[in-house]
Amino acid sequence: MEGAGERRRAGIRRGLPFGIAVFVIAISFGVLAHPLMGTVAPIVMSIVVFSGAAQFGALAVLLAGGSTGAAIVAGVLLNARYLAMGIALAPSLRVSALSRAGFAMPLVDASWAAASRGDGTFDPWYLVGVSIPQYVGWVLGTVVGVLVGSHLGDPKALGLDALFPAFFIVLLYEEARGRRRLAAAAGGAGIALVLTPLVPVGLPILAAAAAAVAASRMRP
Amino acid sequence: MTAVWLVIAALALATAGLKLAGPLALGGRPLRPGLMSIVELLASALLAALVVVETFGKGRSLVLDARVLGAAFAVLAVWRRAPMIVVVIGAAAVTAVARLLF
Repeated sequence: MEGAGERRRAGIRRGLPFGIAVFVIAISFGVLAHPLMGTVAPIVMSIVVFSGAAQFGALAVLLAGGSTGAAIVAGVLLNARYLAMGIALAPSLRVSALSRAGFAMPLVDASWAAASRGDGTFDPWYLVGVSIPQYVGWVLGTVVGVLVGSHLGDPKALGLDALFPAFFIVLLYEEARGRRRLAAAAGGAGIALVLTPLVPVGLPILAAAAAAVAASRMRP
Repeated sequence: MTAVWLVIAALALATAGLKLAGPLALGGRPLRPGLMSIVELLASALLAALVVVETFGKGRSLVLDARVLGAAFAVLAVWRRAPMIVVVIGAAAVTAVARLLF
């Protein structure tokens, strides 16, 4: 059995490529967030939220003119998957409550997947290791993004508004595997298409949750 | 600006709560299977809705503009397994060039 330090270092090596990708995505988050949120708020958000899906999702709702409540609910629903991941992780954490919290907080998608042993158990120190480069990349990228963003010209002339759909397409491709997830995605897209002209900005994204409820009744 | 800080605080607390619920509060007990499958499907449904809204939405109307070309590039690039950096930067570049030309 390897020690905790070795597992963590192995995780850090595994997480480095993720960290570089996350760094670039965070730059685009900082650039897009800067006009609405200023310099400090996007950096604080990346430090305390540390979630691409929730941060881009909430920012998209706010930039489109949606309400504060809609932005919050969209971010929470996008991160609801962490509830399922945390429940799956729990039996592998046979330590004190404080340590369990310490292992659960760095949980993000790539680390969760990398730390899975494939038999339903997880390697907690490896998970922490994989998360470290991603956290560093996410926060540093945001700092670079807000600094670059304050010197950029018109974001639309640079095509930066297309970063939103592109980022969500990447996440969706990773996420929507299997019949039920594809059905949930198709339903969510349909709901958003139909409701966008009918209800206030932000609500079509929340209403897409109904597709998840409907798809959950399908056979797996 | 108060709204922005409210969103940041709420998402920080909620994200921590979602991550910690399983390891701390539920003590290894699973959720009801029905509820668990809804939780697992929410990201797919919302991400697809975000793709639609961010590609075609302009306030409360649906429009076809240069973003569609950027998003189409992203779909193609993701399908061809291009790295995330190529997908995202390429989509912005395609959109910028389309705006320049048309």
